[in-house]
Amino acid sequence: MKILVPLKRVVDYNVKVRPLPDNTNVDLNNVKMSVNPFCEIALEEAVRIKEAGNAEEVIAVTVGKSESQEQLRTALALGADRAILVETESLLEPLAIAKVISKVVEEENPDLIILGKQAIDGDNNQTGQMLGALLDYPQATNASEVMLDDSNVTVTREIDGGLQTLKLNKPAIVTTDLRLNEPRYASLPNIMKAKKKELTVKNVNDLGIDVSPRTELLSVELPPSRDAGIIVESVDELVDKLKNEAKVIG
Amino acid sequence: MNILVIAEHDNANLKGATLNTIAAAKEIGSDITLLVAGSDIASVISEAQQLNGITKILNCDNDLYKNSLAEELSNLVVSLASSFSFILAPATTFGKNLLPRVSAKLDVQQISDIIAIESEDTFKRPIYAGSCIATVKSNDAVKLITVRSTAFDPVANDNSDVPVESVEASNSANISEFVSEELAKSDRPELTSANIVISGGRGMQSGDNFHLLDSIADKLGAAVGASRAAVDAGFVPNDYQVGQTGKIVAPDLYIAVGISGAIQHLAGMKDSKVIVAINKDEDAPIFQVSDYGLVSDLFNALPELDSKL
Ligand SMILES: Cc1cc2nc3c(=O)[nH]c(=O)nc-3n(C[C@H](O)[C@H](O)[C@H](O)COP(=O)(O)OP(=O)(O)OC[C@H]3O[C@@H](n4cnc5c(N)ncnc54)[C@H](O)[C@@H]3O)c2cc1C
Ligand SMILES: Nc1ncnc2c1ncn2[C@@H]1O[C@H](COP(=O)(O)O)[C@@H](O)[C@H]1O
Repeated sequence: MKILVPLKRVVDYNVKVRPLPDNTNVDLNNVKMSVNPFCEIALEEAVRIKEAGNAEEVIAVTVGKSESQEQLRTALALGADRAILVETESLLEPLAIAKVISKVVEEENPDLIILGKQAIDGDNNQTGQMLGALLDYPQATNASEVMLDDSNVTVTREIDGGLQTLKLNKPAIVTTDLRLNEPRYASLPNIMKAKKKELTVKNVNDLGIDVSPRTELLSVELPPSRDAGIIVESVDELVDKLKNEAKVIG
Repeated sequence: MNILVIAEHDNANLKGATLNTIAAAKEIGSDITLLVAGSDIASVISEAQQLNGITKILNCDNDLYKNSLAEELSNLVVSLASSFSFILAPATTFGKNLLPRVSAKLDVQQISDIIAIESEDTFKRPIYAGSCIATVKSNDAVKLITVRSTAFDPVANDNSDVPVESVEASNSANISEFVSEELAKSDRPELTSANIVISGGRGMQSGDNFHLLDSIADKLGAAVGASRAAVDAGFVPNDYQVGQTGKIVAPDLYIAVGISGAIQHLAGMKDSKVIVAINKDEDAPIFQVSDYGLVSDLFNALPELDSKL
């Protein structure tokens, strides 16, 4: 069995992102970039499935700028066997990214594709489901448990009211939630080994698909800020303020 | 401007987020059709018939849609799509699971999680955990949109007998299967629609200690939420999680107890009207967004608060 893990290079989750002074976009100058946390979880799950003897190969793929090779090297150090960069200078939208990944799927024929549930830059939560539609594969989003047998994948998903378990035919698409696993750190020997693993670079223009944008980003602004409140000295004062000033409790 | 809104329900009752989604649709146009697809949904249909702002209901009552499998429901929505220039769903786990599948089949770039409608093709949405708000224009002929429920006040149920039309089920995709569901049962209001929410974080130290919050919640008629750290530590189930990647809440009163105020948590609650923070660390970032802060050990503050309500 072969597992494909699409992952994205994004601003590190500890960075507080701000708009550019002219509000045309977010300011990404000199900020730390990382593998999207949900994609790390996706990769970890794939590697664990392989380590348990249920898969032969884990392939990491990303669609992005040349610098994304850094994140693919991280993925190789974390246990991916090889990596594919589909290079593009423009920032693609989830639909275009799903189309690009579907081409990679056609070439690689994985049995399972594990993605993050959302990329923490655009917070779109779309790519996995779109890929499912393009390939007519079943999907289980927000996975907190993945179990495999010969022909099916059984996935427990985090839904608004609790948990739901679905059984999918293979090939299938799974997107990860935070609780699925806790990703490992890359060890120094593995980082060294990763440098020798295969990383293929393709150009998006050679795939023959239309990736032109469907939306325009008109502006990026800070959200309305909250006025700083007060520190109360006691529980009594708190209860009094809530009753008589804010009037939010009876 | 024909608008299709996809109803979320559990085959017995409509989910509240459907009402907020209709409210967003009303800001776009007045010809609003509600699709209710499920199994044995007579009670949902009669509830829907009272909803203000909708002109028609499409009823698709078929076993295929009982568990809202995205593979099946997306085919149904695609089969109906040609009559509509807007398709809206709530930005809940239901809508997030379904709508991108429809979008890709229609070759449309969906706009996720909108919080405001600027014009019929331009929308505002939070990005980077709500650190920034993007204004996005869609150039697709059809717009597919998920709606953040806290940003739109629910429509009323003062309509009478909205006409219902039955629609045929689509062919079954038959590639996935529902196995089971474990739904949380609670007598408290639902987290996303409660007027008051009291949430606990890692500072609560254990699941048992959440009873300190439960008792206050019962007195205030509040829902109980949690930070991701509290969920990860196993104090409470995942459906308690408030934040960027959990539930978005905007109650009249949000009380954060033993929560530091990471940006990912703030993303889910900072639009609450009044925020209270109880934390023993006076430098905790949660105090920067709270209207009333109490610097105190929660194990002293909570019993005292409980006794004074
Ligand atoms: C991709 C990603 C997505 C995430 N999504 C979410 C999300 O949706 N929601 C979310 O909440 N988090 C999310 N997180 C996690 C987030 O970054 C924080 O780690 C988390 O919110 C911290 O939870 P906490 O405030 O409970 O814990 P901590 O940061 O550990 O804070 C505990 C607080 O409790 C206080 N405290 C301790 N003991 C006491 C006491 N006795 N009395 C009073 N105060 C006390 C401490 O002073 C401290 O401020 C996400 C993280 C990532 C990487
Ligand atoms: N540029 C990309 N390259 C590869 N995978 C991606 C890319 N963008 C998104 N993904 C995958 O899709 C998931 C969801 O992203 P999104 O739909 O943008 O929230 C991510 O966690 C990745 O697994």
